Amino acid sequence: MSTGFRASGKGVSVKLDVGEVSLLVSLVSQILDLVEPGATGDDPIERALGIGSPEEPSDPVLARLFPAAYADDDKAAGEFRRYTEATLRDGKRADATTLLETVEPGKVQLTAEQAQAWLRAINDVRLALGVRLEVTEEVHEEIAGMSEDDPRYPAFVTYDWLTYLQDTLVRALW
Amino acid sequence: MGSTAPAEVERPSSDVRPDVPWLTIVWNDPVNLMSYVTYVFQAVFGYPREKAEKLMMDVHHKGRAVVASGAREEMERDVQILHSYGLWATVQRDS
Repeated sequence: MSTGFRASGKGVSVKLDVGEVSLLVSLVSQILDLVEPGATGDDPIERALGIGSPEEPSDPVLARLFPAAYADDDKAAGEFRRYTEATLRDGKRADATTLLETVEPGKVQLTAEQAQAWLRAINDVRLALGVRLEVTEEVHEEIAGMSEDDPRYPAFVTYDWLTYLQDTLVRALW
Repeated sequence: MGSTAPAEVERPSSDVRPDVPWLTIVWNDPVNLMSYVTYVFQAVFGYPREKAEKLMMDVHHKGRAVVASGAREEMERDVQILHSYGLWATVQRDS
């Protein structure tokens, strides 16, 4: 298994094997599939301005990736969403694309800017898995007590590995 | 928040509450790592690590923390950036 990220030159580096790379590519590609480009409205002017729908996404993963910005004011939350979600979607797609373009087996050397994209892209995958797996704060204990025959086991192990990768990336950037 | 936590130290509240009407709130969630949340507070707000850690611990223990205050437009901009990092953040009027 990867030893995680370390500070390297002006950026960070990580050694990944073929299996780890294909796992990252698969998971990050799923985020790209899920998070459609921001400017998808019918009105060409609104599309050009990046103005989207005020509705909260019905998919719970998308609702977590694009949460309501006002906890108890639906109108203000809708207005905020109309003017920001398209930009946020494009940003998450750009982060995912950067990861997919730079990940490869062996040593991956990232600039500080690429490392920021990886940080957000890995976190988006963790958020998505966290929603789908209904992860709690006791996830480590849950995995430790889980049978390897449990159908959820591989997904939880993947989540745990991404947690490790993310934590080493943060510490390499500090 | 997820584990891989720094040592927990009992500290006073570090909510940022000058006399202005709008607040940026960050809410606890089970996925975002304590290290990551601290890092994001440093990166987004330019807070020193110690202040960022105090705010992160407030989020973790109290379920939420005020991480910035000021004009509504500034708080909305903060929230948009925090959402780009995957933090669960909201804007509200100070009460």
